[in-house]
Amino acid sequence: MTSIQKPQVRHPGLPKNTLGYTKRDYEGAMSTLCAGCGHDSVTAALIQAFWELDLPPNRAAKMSGIGCSSKTTAYFMKQSHGFNSVHGRMPSVTSGASAANRGLTYIGISGDGDSLSIGMGQLCHAIRRNVRMLYVIENNGVYGLTKGQFSASADIGSTSKKGEANVQPPIDPALLALSLGATFVARSFSGDKTQLVPILKAGLMHDGFALIDVISPCVSFNDHEGSTKSYRFTREHEVEMTEVDFVPIRHEITTADSDAAVTAVQMHDGTVMRFRKTDEGYDPNDREKAYAHVRACQMAGEVATGLLFIQRGGADMHAVARTVERPLVELPYSELCPGKSALDTLMDSYR
Amino acid sequence: MSGINDFAFKMATVNGTGSASANSLLMQAIFRMGIPVAGKNIFPSNIQGLPTWYEVRVSAAGYMARPPEVDLIVALNTNTLAKDIKTVRSGGYVMYDSSWPIPEELRRADITFLGVPFGNMCAEAFERDRDRTLLRNIVYTGALGALLNIDHGVISQMLTEKFAKKKSLLDANAKAIQMGWDFATANFPCPLPFHLEAMDETKDKVIIDGNTACGLGAVYAGATVGAWYPITPSTSLMEAFKGFCEKYRVDKETGLRKFCILQAEDELAAAGITIGAGWAGARSFTNTSGPGISLMQEFLGLAYYTEIPGVFFDVQRTGPSTGMPTRTQQADLMMLAYASHGDTKHLIVFPANPHECFTLTVEAFDLAERFQTPVFVASDLDIGMNDWMVPRLQWDENYVADRGKVLNNEQLAALPKFSRYLDVDGDGVAARTLPGSDPKGAYFVRGSGHDKNAAYTEDSDAYKEVVDRIRRKIDGAATSVPAPVIIRNPGAEIGLITIGGCDAAVREAMDRLKEQGFHVDFMRIRGFPFDTPVRDFIAEHEVNFVIEQNRDGQLRSLLAIELGVPRDAMVAVLDYAGMPLTAKFVIDAVTAHFAGVTA
Repeated sequence: MTSIQKPQVRHPGLPKNTLGYTKRDYEGAMSTLCAGCGHDSVTAALIQAFWELDLPPNRAAKMSGIGCSSKTTAYFMKQSHGFNSVHGRMPSVTSGASAANRGLTYIGISGDGDSLSIGMGQLCHAIRRNVRMLYVIENNGVYGLTKGQFSASADIGSTSKKGEANVQPPIDPALLALSLGATFVARSFSGDKTQLVPILKAGLMHDGFALIDVISPCVSFNDHEGSTKSYRFTREHEVEMTEVDFVPIRHEITTADSDAAVTAVQMHDGTVMRFRKTDEGYDPNDREKAYAHVRACQMAGEVATGLLFIQRGGADMHAVARTVERPLVELPYSELCPGKSALDTLMDSYR
Repeated sequence: MSGINDFAFKMATVNGTGSASANSLLMQAIFRMGIPVAGKNIFPSNIQGLPTWYEVRVSAAGYMARPPEVDLIVALNTNTLAKDIKTVRSGGYVMYDSSWPIPEELRRADITFLGVPFGNMCAEAFERDRDRTLLRNIVYTGALGALLNIDHGVISQMLTEKFAKKKSLLDANAKAIQMGWDFATANFPCPLPFHLEAMDETKDKVIIDGNTACGLGAVYAGATVGAWYPITPSTSLMEAFKGFCEKYRVDKETGLRKFCILQAEDELAAAGITIGAGWAGARSFTNTSGPGISLMQEFLGLAYYTEIPGVFFDVQRTGPSTGMPTRTQQADLMMLAYASHGDTKHLIVFPANPHECFTLTVEAFDLAERFQTPVFVASDLDIGMNDWMVPRLQWDENYVADRGKVLNNEQLAALPKFSRYLDVDGDGVAARTLPGSDPKGAYFVRGSGHDKNAAYTEDSDAYKEVVDRIRRKIDGAATSVPAPVIIRNPGAEIGLITIGGCDAAVREAMDRLKEQGFHVDFMRIRGFPFDTPVRDFIAEHEVNFVIEQNRDGQLRSLLAIELGVPRDAMVAVLDYAGMPLTAKFVIDAVTAHFAGVTA
């Protein structure tokens, strides 16, 4: 992936978090994505979330596969180790890294091609394994780097830039995750930082696999009339379900505009975006209702956003494997090798 | 050739009927009599109902290769009876179930038929159908005991050990042994001309299979993360690792485990987990067979190019495609050497037997971390799943794991700048840092083009600088991979070059060829890339035979590619039908070559 180093400019007045870091300290290389790309907004929201959570950059690992979304791990937290692996295989690499060192915070960034086509098996099994990680799908319904082919999340009838209509049914990662037993399922919109940042923070603090599907329009190949992943379409069809400020994390999360029923915002292209308000009665602890709601929205041509489902206290990968609390990479060799006398005794049983 | 402590016998049964434990009992009893013994299990890719054979070779001289012929067969599978009777050498014996008549057309005049009414005897002696089936195997064990002069006390002792907690099973098994024993003694001239006499040649030996030894090696090497997807014939490797970890790596107070085994959704994910764990700093591995390595190609290229350690066990089976999953072969050599797209070359170690499975597994983990690259352990079904008599596995308490160049935070602090792919020491190996280290050591792993600082590049020179260094690094590893085993005989002008589990048969062939006037030198390759001694050995000999178990002469091709030796200047000896190699195959090939040359 391409990346350009940012000039080191210090802004003495920037606020610092408890670690003494400004938000700038959580940035990475300059983005080489198209101007206006939804992914850059997600990157900005991630930086905000890390900073607000006082996340030590060197205790986090950024994981990704291949695609526009996967490039973005270079654009935040330059002080963290990063692993840009192979297409669709980030979940297994992260599983292995987490198995070896459970002491780090794993941040996986993927896309709809990476997660729902070539890597769907890996995504499904990482969910089943319940690897403790934040897993963000930057979902634009299109293969951007290869110039605009439909992805598996493109809706039926959605047209490509060349006017061709998609005929295959879409895969909804939220429904997928819910059916596979994911313990944290959320959806947001790259253009809605107010909603996205708290969700990211909640996902980072979750005690298992946290899937966040972020509708993130592709300005070059999927932001036109006929696209169902455009800024305009998303703004008009978003149904926000829950506020996430109930999630027990270290900082208070505030969301703006929590009272108005419908908020209209004018976009740079002149379109009007419409937010539906949180349904007070929505229970994000009920998997069946969450599934039914997402499905109902889908049938109505709307996009359910917000924290859709959460279940805390589930057994994560390490709990299932019953590994020691201390990261395996920190165990001294003397605790791993049974030694000479054990082998001598063992050999007697092979006679 | 048969005689005292020098013969072979075979059991032909139906899989899923419990013959495996009886066959192991026989082999172990001979071993405990101090007599060198080898067993080969020839089994189907099936759970129940298909033919299976178990061959036992007794060799006072210690030859462990598959026997060329058998002196006696216990023919209990009616579906393979005709074929089984044909496999017995002239003058040999067939033991069969005389509860039913044997078809006249199958009888041979040159062999002796030993009829034992196993079916009737078991129906009479045991109540339950299950016992009648299972204990039939123990009855033939008893009959063989009398015919082959097995120490009765040894068998009794083994049954006592095995059924220490189940008195009823002990009694039933002891009864079955005695039934067979008494019948044979009463009806046949026991013992047969070829039989067993106690020796003292096994006291420093054990009987173990290669997969168990690899799993144990991984424990001793300090591996903590194992990822896998079930596949014959490698499955028992992870089962062994798990078993040993549960024995040695569970915290006594908390019950928590100092290891993490993940059964992945496929071999791609198993490779990804291995690489992820290797990147994070654990000693990690995956075990698979050829089809799994095919699926891992993409990840292997990533690990090669991003320089991440990991150990990949390939317990080879017969290919291509699904092939014959329960037959052996060495047909993955080319795939392992250059796995993945783009220019790659990988380190490989080639164990010949379970003893080397243990030692070379430990070496593989050292090599992987020292050279920051995937390392293959190329085993095969014969080594991995068969029980072999090998020297006891030993552990040197002075062993220090070679974790390679990993910078800690103090070392990082002393550096002006950390460059992940900069060759500081001139050996092609650049120091790495682990995730979680000081921000100064943070870098971005990428399979895309990168420069010495791990930054993305499309610049020709920056790209070449990295890939040229990796080539230097891998070529430099040739002196660190296990050296070939070379045996020289005075005046030899013929070289026998082989690899892996062919070792036993080729060594035996070397001895036999000497008796026929062919003086040969022996070289078994144990590591890739090849080092100078391999090249020198080839240059020293007028004729070199390359003996391997694949159709296309993959080792010979690798020698030609890597060393520049003309391929056709080496004589290919290729046994690729799925069975372990016999000395006879090698002898026939060598003598046929010279017969052709002189004719």
